[in-house]
Amino acid sequence: MAATQEEIVEGLAEIVNEIAGIPTEDVAIEKSFTDDLDVDSLSMVEVVVAAEERFDVKIPDEDVKNLKTVGDAADYILKHQA
Amino acid sequence: MSPTNRTVVVTGIGATTPLGGDSASTWEGLLAGRSGVKPLEGERFAELPVRIAAPAAVDPSEVLPRPLARKLDRSAQFAVIAAREAWADAGYTAPAGEDAAVMPERLGTVIASGIGGVTTLLDQYDVLKEKGVRRVSPHTVPMLMPNGPSANVGLEVNAQAGVHTPVSACASGAEAIGYAVEMIRTGRADVVVAGGTEAAIHPLPIAAFANMMAMSKNNENPQQASRPYDKARDGFVLGEGAGVVILESAEHAAARGARVYCEVLGQGLSADSHHIAQPEPTGRGVAAAVQNLLDNTGLDPAELVHLNAHATSTPQGDTAELKALRKVLGDDLDHIAISATKSMTGHLLGGAGGIETVATVLALYHRIAPATINVDELDEDIDADIVVGEPRKLPAEGPISAINNSFGFGGHNVTLAFRTV
Repeated sequence: MAATQEEIVEGLAEIVNEIAGIPTEDVAIEKSFTDDLDVDSLSMVEVVVAAEERFDVKIPDEDVKNLKTVGDAADYILKHQA
Repeated sequence: MSPTNRTVVVTGIGATTPLGGDSASTWEGLLAGRSGVKPLEGERFAELPVRIAAPAAVDPSEVLPRPLARKLDRSAQFAVIAAREAWADAGYTAPAGEDAAVMPERLGTVIASGIGGVTTLLDQYDVLKEKGVRRVSPHTVPMLMPNGPSANVGLEVNAQAGVHTPVSACASGAEAIGYAVEMIRTGRADVVVAGGTEAAIHPLPIAAFANMMAMSKNNENPQQASRPYDKARDGFVLGEGAGVVILESAEHAAARGARVYCEVLGQGLSADSHHIAQPEPTGRGVAAAVQNLLDNTGLDPAELVHLNAHATSTPQGDTAELKALRKVLGDDLDHIAISATKSMTGHLLGGAGGIETVATVLALYHRIAPATINVDELDEDIDADIVVGEPRKLPAEGPISAINNSFGFGGHNVTLAFRTV
């Protein structure tokens, strides 16, 4: 069953917590991965791979650069999940 | 004073070793004669001919915040932990620049490793085979590169004068400290974070070293397996961890009122050009390194009271080192109290020069030499003063000096000299 936007944001918060150590409650749709959540370009690849597994979605490398905020990622996953 | 003959001093020390998670507990373990060697548990070690090693007493992933730890190879984790301790021990309270006592462009790091992020490389190859390309960590390259520990320590302290990594197998850590001394002497830096680190306790390196017949197979008695100078020694025991010192020009240290442990007189270097892995049997290369040390540093052999020997517990190496020293030092070898701390820590490969420099500095500072453990029957081929049983008090008064030897596969010989201030 496809995840809701709320479930996706919760999932991303857990992933960002695991990778960057940011508390889950600080991960919200308007937050920038790079500027607010201490996720650099290498760690972003980890976030993407973890999100792909968790939400059964493929996020090609060329789309990753468009995912600036948690909201961008949640919308992308919502639209492309299997 | 011109920049080329500036005096270099040690102002901070840090370590994480098989004996303890910091330099104080490591030193305590060395004086107590504790062995850090343990059996290697787990199925992945079960088929190996060698099933013992000296793992770090404190797991580095429990010390560092998880987000940092997962981006660092274990060797870099050790280096960062030891460097943080040394940096604070030297009296610095923040990275260079933020702490105005040192500017970033006058600060360097030289942290070495013998084999770099070998466990990262092997673990990620397992990931590639078992889980596929996509799951290979994007941090793999920065984690496996041998300059990773030096670079990560550089990031920690904001070092901009230069970040370097000499690689010379088991001489790497000592070579790093020698390189750091030269950075200060030649005026490239005022302060350098220097040392060695290693994390290679994994079935592949153990299988490889064991197949070279370099390691002890005394699986039944792990704590007695590392026994330099003993008649029954049968090879080294692999250890892991890091040792780091803060080196500083004497003027820089004095200007900020830093506590000084000792002076670093300098280094002596040579190469065997004999065999890729076997020591040159007459000790020609080692003798040349020690002679260079005497020539380069003005070290007075009469003041030399302590040696932290390379002595890894191999049948050939331990005696060859002492014969070479006798050749160069003559009767002066008789007043040198010799410690083989690898009898307790195991052999940290590229980390050895780091932790043994920390041990040598503390021996001079406290004027006491740790004993070599497990010498039940001294090899009759040894004609030198090996400290056994209890630690040995060094002369309480007057200037005293010590040297620390490290040799590596490839025929690299490095010897460092230190002197009380």
